[in-house]
Amino acid sequence: MADLSVNFAGIRAPNPFWLASAPPTNSGMQVHRAFEHGWGGAVWKTIGAPVLNISNRYGGLSLGGQRLVAINNVELISDRPLEVNLREIAEVKRMWPDRALIVSAMVDADPKAWREIVMQIEDTGADGIELNYGCPQGMSERGMGAAVGQVPEMCQLNTHWVTSVTRLPVIVKLTPNVTHITDPAHAALAGGAHALSLINTINSVMKVDLDTLLVTPSIGGQATHGGYAGPAVKPIALHMLSELMCDPTVRASGVPICGMGGIQTWRDAAEFLLLGASALQVCTAAMHYGYRIIEDFVDGLSNWMDDKGFATLADVTGRSLPQMSSFGGLDLGYQAVARIDPDKCIQCDLCYVACNDTAHQCIDLYSPEGVKVNPGFNVRDGGKQVAQGRATPVVREPDCVGCALCANVCPVDGCIEMVSVPSGRPSVTWDQLTATRPAVTQEWAAMEAYRKEAGIEIH
Amino acid sequence: MERSSPAVPEPEVYRFQEALPPLTAHEATVEAHRCLYCYDAPCMQACPTHIDIPSFIRKISTGNLRGSGRVILEANFLGATCARVCPVQELCEGACVLGKDHTPIQIGRLQRYATDHIFERGVQVFTPSPPTGRSVAVIGSGPAGISVSAELAKLGHRVTLFERRELGGGLSTYGIIGLREPVEVSLREVEAVQNLGVEVRTGVELTDREGLDVLLSQYDAVFLGLGLGAVPALGIPGEEAVLDGLTVIEASKVEPWRLKVGPLALGKRVVVIGAGNTAIDAATVGRRHGAEVEIVYRRTEHEMTAYRHEYEFALHEGVRFTFLTQPVGVEVEDGRVTGLRCVRMSLGVADASGRPRPEPVPGSEFVIPCDTVIAAIGQEKPALAAQLGLALENGYIQVDDGLQTSLPRVYAGGDCIRVRGSASTVMAVQDGKLAAASIHAALMASPVAAD
Ligand SMILES: Cc1cc2nc3c(=O)[nH]c(=O)nc-3n(C[C@H](O)[C@H](O)[C@H](O)COP(=O)(O)OP(=O)(O)OC[C@H]3O[C@@H](n4cnc5c(N)ncnc54)[C@H](O)[C@@H]3O)c2cc1C
Ligand SMILES: Cc1cc2nc3c(=O)[nH]c(=O)nc-3n(C[C@H](O)[C@H](O)[C@H](O)COP(=O)(O)O)c2cc1C
Ligand code: SF4
Ligand code: SF4
Ligand code: SF4
Repeated sequence: MADLSVNFAGIRAPNPFWLASAPPTNSGMQVHRAFEHGWGGAVWKTIGAPVLNISNRYGGLSLGGQRLVAINNVELISDRPLEVNLREIAEVKRMWPDRALIVSAMVDADPKAWREIVMQIEDTGADGIELNYGCPQGMSERGMGAAVGQVPEMCQLNTHWVTSVTRLPVIVKLTPNVTHITDPAHAALAGGAHALSLINTINSVMKVDLDTLLVTPSIGGQATHGGYAGPAVKPIALHMLSELMCDPTVRASGVPICGMGGIQTWRDAAEFLLLGASALQVCTAAMHYGYRIIEDFVDGLSNWMDDKGFATLADVTGRSLPQMSSFGGLDLGYQAVARIDPDKCIQCDLCYVACNDTAHQCIDLYSPEGVKVNPGFNVRDGGKQVAQGRATPVVREPDCVGCALCANVCPVDGCIEMVSVPSGRPSVTWDQLTATRPAVTQEWAAMEAYRKEAGIEIH
Repeated sequence: MERSSPAVPEPEVYRFQEALPPLTAHEATVEAHRCLYCYDAPCMQACPTHIDIPSFIRKISTGNLRGSGRVILEANFLGATCARVCPVQELCEGACVLGKDHTPIQIGRLQRYATDHIFERGVQVFTPSPPTGRSVAVIGSGPAGISVSAELAKLGHRVTLFERRELGGGLSTYGIIGLREPVEVSLREVEAVQNLGVEVRTGVELTDREGLDVLLSQYDAVFLGLGLGAVPALGIPGEEAVLDGLTVIEASKVEPWRLKVGPLALGKRVVVIGAGNTAIDAATVGRRHGAEVEIVYRRTEHEMTAYRHEYEFALHEGVRFTFLTQPVGVEVEDGRVTGLRCVRMSLGVADASGRPRPEPVPGSEFVIPCDTVIAAIGQEKPALAAQLGLALENGYIQVDDGLQTSLPRVYAGGDCIRVRGSASTVMAVQDGKLAAASIHAALMASPVAAD
C-alpha cells in the first residue's frame, strides 16, 4: 500500500487531504469529527477581524440535473468570537497531534494587528498559519483579503509582517482574481512565505431566477458578487498551479504548493499532484456530501498509486509537469486524426453533426452495405427495426484536421480515438520558425509560400 | 344488458390508477439530461408519427415544457394517449441508441410528463388557420378520427366528427385498461379537438350507403375511422354464458360497478380465452378485481401474439398461463358457469402463417373449474364497409397511398384499414395525418362549392 504521508513545509500529516478554510472547518466539534473520518489535516475557517455574516449566502450551479457543479458564496470569515476559535483550535490540536492543523487568518493591513493574531495562533499549538488573501467580497472592501492578494506590494508587506514575527510555517493563499498569478506569488516569496496555496474563490454572480427575476442568492431583494468554487473551477485551478510550478522564480524558491479548487474525487486530487501540488485542500465537495468522502479519497488514491507503482507522494508530485510548454513551443508538424471504432459506435451521429456544422466536414455516413448516405428517414417507416440498418459515421482521414471535437462529443468511452499519423511535414515550432524565418510568421505571402514548401494544405 | 343506475355506489377503489406514476420534476429533468440529443435520431425514425423526440426531451431538460408539449402534439395530436399506450419497447425506446448496453431513455414517460403539463394547464397549443370554406365529415372518434379532424381543423377546414357512442375517444376511452390510460386522458383529447373548432356529435351512427351519400352531398369529403367490431364468436357449446372481453374492459373503465353485480359480475375463478394483448388486458382486469385468472391458449408461449412485455406484465400481475389447450365447451349448471371443457393440443407442421399448427391430442379432454369465462380472441373486421359499397382487402377497407377508398372523396384510416401489421393507436394517428394531408391537397385543388 502506497505511503500517503506528507511533510509540507515542515507540516506533517498522514495524508495530503486537508479540509480548506471554510464552513467545514468552522468549529472544534466539526474538525474533530472530520479527523475521526480520516482527514489528514484542516485549515481552520479564517479568523481575525470582527464580522457579521448575512443570510442566504450561497448560490449553486446545476448542470444536467447535477447539483452544485459550483457554489458561490457571499460569506465572510469566521463570525464566532475569536477566543472561542482559539480555545477550540488548541483543544483539537491536543487531541490530534498527528494531523495537520493550520489556522487561516485575516486582519487589517497593520503590523500590530498581524503580530497580535500570530501570537494568539502560536499559543494554540497549531502547526502553521495560512494568510487568506483571497476573500473576494466584504473583506476586500475593507482593505483585506483580495485587496491584499491583488496588490503585490501589499502582499509582500503583509507576508513579511507575519513571517518576521513567527516561528511557524506561513502559507500564503492566493486569489485567482488577478491577471498573472505569478505576480502575487513572487510577492509572497519576497515576503518570506514558506509555502503557497491556491486557488481561493473566483469572483462570480451565480444566476438570475427567471420566475422572480431576482439575482440569486437574493439577500432581502439585493445581491452582490460572491466567491465561486467547486468542480467547475478545477481547470482554472490546474492552470494556475502549473503556471506557478513552471515559473523559474517559484521553482528556485523550492516552496511547496498546496492545491485546491474543485477537488471532488481522488482522481481530481491525483491531477493536482501530477501538476505539482504536494498537499491538497477540499471545501465544496465536503459541503456537498459531508466528511465521509475522505474514505474514497484515501482508498482511491492509494489504489491508483499501487497500480501505477508509485510508492510515495513524492513519486507523483509534478510528474506531468515536463509536458507543460507554451504555444510557441509546440510541434507544428504533429498530426493526429480521429478514428472511430465501429464496434463501439452506437450511431448517435453526434460526431457527424459536430464535424459537419462546426468543424471540418469530414465525417461521412455509410450504410451497412457500404454505401455513402445522407441523414434522413422515410415518413412511412417506423418500428424499432429502423435502427438496424442505421448508417455508421466514418472519418475521411485526409481531410481531418485533428481538432478532436468529435472525440469530445462522442458519448462512448474509447470509441473515437485521436491517433498520431505521419504528417509528412517538417517538425518545427512557432518559436523556431520565428527565429529562423521571421517573414513566415509575419507576412501572409511568406506564410503561403512556406505552406506550399512544407506541403501544408488548409481545407 | 341493463344500464340502470348503479346497484352499488362507485367507490374510488374501482378506478385503477395508472400503473406507472407520473415522473416528478426532478426525475424528468435527470432522465431528460440522460438523453444524448442524437442527430437524425433513430427513436424519431422508429416513431410511426415521427415525433422529434430529441427536441422534446431537450426542451424538458431546459425547462421549456410548453415548447416540449408543442413539439409532441404537432407531430401527434394524441401524444398524451400515445405516451401511455404505445408499445414503446417495439418503437422509439426499442430504437434508442442507449438500448444496446444501457437502459433506453424512458421516452413514453417523458412524453406523458410534457403532455400532462399542457393538458393540466389547459394550454392552447394550436390556432386554426383562417377558414378555407371546405368541410369534412369524420366518422368515428377513435385515434384515427381525432387525428384527422385535428389536422384538418388546423388547416382551416370545417370538420364535423360523428360518433355513435355516448363518449368520444374510441378504444382509448372504452378499450384500453385504466392501468394504462384513464378515461380522462382520452376525453381531454376529444375536448382539445373541439377547442380547434371541430363539432363533435356523439350518439350518431352511420348505418348505410344512403347515410354516406347524404354526407357526401353536405361535405366536401368523408373520412371513415370506424375501427373494428366485437369479439368474434367462439363456436362452442355454452357460448351464451361467455363474457365478451371488450365489454368487460369497457365496464372496468366507465362503469366498474358492473363487474360486481349483474350479468357482467366476475367470479372468483376466471378463465380468459386468447393470447393477444386484449386477452392480457381482460385477464389484468380480472386480477385487479381479486379473481384467480388463467389464460388458455391453444399454441405455446412462442406463438402468442401479445408483446413480450405484455406477457411479462401479466405474469407479474399473477395471471397463470395454460398453453397447448383448446376450449371445446362451457360447462353451465342452472345458468351458472362451472367450468371450461378443454382438450390438450400438440404442435404439428407449420401452417400458412408460418406458425406450427396445433392439433388435438385424442382422449385428452378435461375441465378447468371456474365461474367466469371471458373470450378475447381479437375483433371482427369492419362489417359496415361492405354495406357502404367500398372495395375491401381481406375484409378491411381498401385504400390507396393517400388513404382514399374506392369511392371518390371517401377516405379511411386506423384499424379498419390495418390489413397488415398489428393495429395500434399510434398507427391510427399517423393514418389521420396522412389522410388529412391528401384530403387537404384534394380540397385545395378544387374550387369552393357554392352553397
Ligand atoms: C383491448 C384493447 C387494448 C388495446 N391496447 C392497445 C395498446 O395498449 N396500445 C396501442 O397502441 N393500441 C392498443 N389497442 C389498439 C388500439 O386501441 C387501436 O388500434 C386504435 O384505437 C385504433 O383507432 P381507430 O380510430 O382506428 O379505431 P377505434 O379506436 O376503434 O375507434 C373507432 C370509433 O368509431 C366509432 N364508430 C365505428 N363505427 C361507427 C359508425 N358507423 N358510426 C359512428 N361511429 C362509429 C366507434 O364507436 C369508435 O369510437 C388496443 C385495442 C384493444 C381492443
Ligand atoms: C462557503 C465558502 C466559504 C469560504 N470561506 C473561506 C474562508 O473563510 N477563508 C478562505 O481562505 N477561503 C474560504 N473559502 C474558499 C475555500 O477555502 C477554497 O479555497 C475554495 O472553495 C476552492 O476549493 P473547492 O473548490 O474545493 O471548494 C470559502 C469557500 C466557500 C465555498
Ligand atoms: S477531429 Fe475534428 S476535423 Fe477530424 S473528424 Fe473529428 S471533428 Fe472532424
Ligand atoms: S459520436 Fe461516437 S457513438 Fe456517436 S455516432 Fe459518432 S462515433 Fe458513434
Ligand atoms: S435515441 Fe435515445 S438517446 Fe438518442 S435522442 Fe432518442 S431517446 Fe435520446
